Amino acid sequence: MAKNIYEKIWERHVVHEEPGQDAILYIDRHYVHEVTSAQAFEGLRLAGRKVRRPERTFATMDHNIPTTGRSKPIEDPLSQQQVDTLEANCREFGVRCFDMNDPDNGIVHVIGPELGLTQPGMTIVCGDSHTATHGALGALAFGIGTSEVEHVLATQTLLQKKSKTMEVRLTGKLPRGVTSKDVILAIIGKIGTAGGTGYVIEYTGEAVRQMTMEQRLTMCNMTIEAGARAGLVSPDSITFEYLKGRKYLPDKPWDELVAGWSSWASDAGCTYDARVELDVSALEPQVTWGTSPGMVTGINGKTPVLAEIKNANARLAAEKALAYMGLPEGLPMTEVRPNVVYIGSCTNGRIEDLRDAARVAKGYKKAGGVDYVLIVPGSYRVKEQAEAEGLDKIFKSAGFEWREPGCSMCLAMNPDVLEPGDRCAATSNRNFEGRQGKGSRTHLVSPAMAAAAAIKGHFVDVRNWEFK
Amino acid sequence: MKPFTVLTGIVAPLEALNVDTDQIIPKQFLKRIERTGYEDFLFFDWRFREDGSLDPDFEMNAARYKGASILLTKDNFGCGSSREHAPWALDNYGFRCILAPSYADIFFNNCFNNGILPIVLPGGVIEQLFKEVRAKDGYQLTVDLPAQQIVKPNGSRIPFDVNLFKKECLINGWDQIGLTLRHEDKIAAFEKRR
Repeated sequence: MAKNIYEKIWERHVVHEEPGQDAILYIDRHYVHEVTSAQAFEGLRLAGRKVRRPERTFATMDHNIPTTGRSKPIEDPLSQQQVDTLEANCREFGVRCFDMNDPDNGIVHVIGPELGLTQPGMTIVCGDSHTATHGALGALAFGIGTSEVEHVLATQTLLQKKSKTMEVRLTGKLPRGVTSKDVILAIIGKIGTAGGTGYVIEYTGEAVRQMTMEQRLTMCNMTIEAGARAGLVSPDSITFEYLKGRKYLPDKPWDELVAGWSSWASDAGCTYDARVELDVSALEPQVTWGTSPGMVTGINGKTPVLAEIKNANARLAAEKALAYMGLPEGLPMTEVRPNVVYIGSCTNGRIEDLRDAARVAKGYKKAGGVDYVLIVPGSYRVKEQAEAEGLDKIFKSAGFEWREPGCSMCLAMNPDVLEPGDRCAATSNRNFEGRQGKGSRTHLVSPAMAAAAAIKGHFVDVRNWEFK
Repeated sequence: MKPFTVLTGIVAPLEALNVDTDQIIPKQFLKRIERTGYEDFLFFDWRFREDGSLDPDFEMNAARYKGASILLTKDNFGCGSSREHAPWALDNYGFRCILAPSYADIFFNNCFNNGILPIVLPGGVIEQLFKEVRAKDGYQLTVDLPAQQIVKPNGSRIPFDVNLFKKECLINGWDQIGLTLRHEDKIAAFEKRR
């Protein structure tokens, strides 16, 4: 019988199943970071347990670390303690740790694919909801809580109930200036932030096949913002081309690897529990106006008019969101003026994202009304590549700040925090109240849209940009 | 894990859709390396004013909800980040049970792993409970997990569904790692086979 990719990966990883109980699912790769692991390692110690498969476990520091002055100790003693704790735990339990100054360090969801640790057909977990990112390579990857991190460390398995599957079919060709970030924001706008709850999504269709691997990573990354724990793309020649030469690939002949990886792709004629279709050919660049990623519209759209929202709960939510965002009803998005711009994160901190932003910024200066622009590469390797291409020079001459890699202002656990009332054009994934700092206001956009807002001082349609 | 069997407690309302884990506990409190001591950080930006005093506009702060152990809320509760600090903060504050029309997946699982019972109820039932809770000071419910029903002050009952495996784990307070390790031989065989 024809199977989809989720069914194939699930079946090949079930260790044990009993009626009435969750299945025991084998985990191929476990990524660990400093914020959600300390209590899990402590649990192992208290129970006298070991890490079952240290060679399948990789740790990095990303959430807490400063993006400047990396040679000095971290100013916040609690952040330093968390980083030190991860380092000590990795040493004690024999886990490879990419520490703050390791050349392979970076955001966990950037370095996994970049180092070739993430491969098609794998099961991958991490104590982080954006683990969905890795599904772009055809791996079943999802975020877990700290108790589950401890469970995986101790047993290399997880207790799981099989999910339902949803096909999100993207038809048409992406217009120039419209990115996979706009696609995923539009999908969330269409199905809602809980539209994917209980499902694993597979992205299919012509538009997905045309996307580069990095575009797919961005799209799968925000699958969790649609409520689905995992988003997958069946592996194809773009996947294999991306993986070629990566550091941690198995030591096997290339043809053999490709044959193995290819076998995970969904079979023709397979079925799903639900289907959604989106024609991307008419899509505009997207901008969020509210405090949930589903509160989104096209750049030529406006903030909502409350009287036009029929559902009472949705109207109340929109009213609260507009009040928090300090925006009137019916305001054109092109009149929204951010005073801070942040380009980076596990969503949009890769080399193609920085190239997109640099292409827009080249030859321009940041607008007077914009206080600062942070460019934060997703990893040291991304940073190095960007510098080799001279992107850092373009950013600096536009008046942008060029930083060290990390999660930075996406969740603002490090010193990169917005002030109350700050309005930020951000390439990250969440526009929740206070996400980037108490009282901060976030508008989610693509890297090119963020760079254009930095130059003009308000949101503009980047499809009409005059490139220099 | 703390077992959960029958709970009788005060119900506190939280009237908001899509409450994300950043609201349940903001990121500045995720730097600690313990599982306890998060009670003062729960709903921090909503509960407290700039000077650290309780914000009277936040409904749950009213004296009548003091000591609440059941949280009544709306759709898609616990969306966003996977941080288990969210259930830790709810538990540390005193909540053992949540009533909502729907939850985000990761948060839902994290609750069960911390002895908290998240119950899914139809939207209409939730709306009715909001009315009843607000109409009567000290409104209490009894949540009976073995019988899978909620008992109202007037004696009427609301049945609910729960994953039977999770129910058994919760009633017995089972350590899931211990459960899985009973199948250690199967894990070893699986690893050998591939």
